Amino acid sequence: MATTTSVEGEAQAAPKTSSWTLRLRESIDRHLPMDHLLPDRQPYYVGSWVYVFGVVTIAALVWVVGSGIVLSFMGPQWWHDSSLGRFFNSLHFWSVQLFFIFMVLHLWGQYFMAGWRNGRAATWAIGVVIFGVSILTAFTGYLSQQNFDSQFIGVNAKDAMNGAGVGAFFNVLNFGQMYGLHIMLLPIGVTILVVLHIVMVRARGVVKPIDPEGTNAGARP
Amino acid sequence: MDTPTTYFHWGFILISLPNLAVIAGMIVLFAVALVLPFPHTEEGDDGHHD
Repeated sequence: MATTTSVEGEAQAAPKTSSWTLRLRESIDRHLPMDHLLPDRQPYYVGSWVYVFGVVTIAALVWVVGSGIVLSFMGPQWWHDSSLGRFFNSLHFWSVQLFFIFMVLHLWGQYFMAGWRNGRAATWAIGVVIFGVSILTAFTGYLSQQNFDSQFIGVNAKDAMNGAGVGAFFNVLNFGQMYGLHIMLLPIGVTILVVLHIVMVRARGVVKPIDPEGTNAGARP
Repeated sequence: MDTPTTYFHWGFILISLPNLAVIAGMIVLFAVALVLPFPHTEEGDDGHHD
């Protein structure tokens, strides 16, 4: 039983030495097995409509990104002047409204169930960052409409940005900068953070209900 | 469309009727989600459901 072939011995020694791909693979297997990533069963306490808020937020984000891709291909004249363009413009706008509404409902739900417990602080913190970056993304979207609304918002926001000391490198009157941020950097940032947020939720599972008798206080999985 | 909306002003709080309606709707939706039964919540022997 104690003897191994030389090939087996090398395979066992490999993770301790140089193969970063092997170490990464084993780390993923350890922290995020496939039955955690794509579960087919959930604990009984997940049977509540409160847990649907996060999923609806993700669904709204898919519609936001999809309609945004169409708008970026076709351009401002199309989304203002054609009926189909106005439809996609409205689709983009209203999916953003649903995204924010359900993100806040998800935030309320996680706040009242203290979703940061048992090693989930980073998941909560990333959610807070997603909220902040989403507001910045929506703001640059309002500035990218190419209508009188966006001009009004830009001119009024300019003073506030200058007063906050960020006007020099975040110029709300610079359409190219706002549009580039809105359709490229910020959506990529939101999407990456959302994927990270979901992976972290799947790695640890949904937080258990708060123990009314305190017998589970401070317990870590 | 060109008529300004109604605003409510209580002390330092100033909010438009549409924004107040959205917040009220969110609170109602949250409350409904807490009390509305979720379908297919039969608990298995191991505390899980499919």
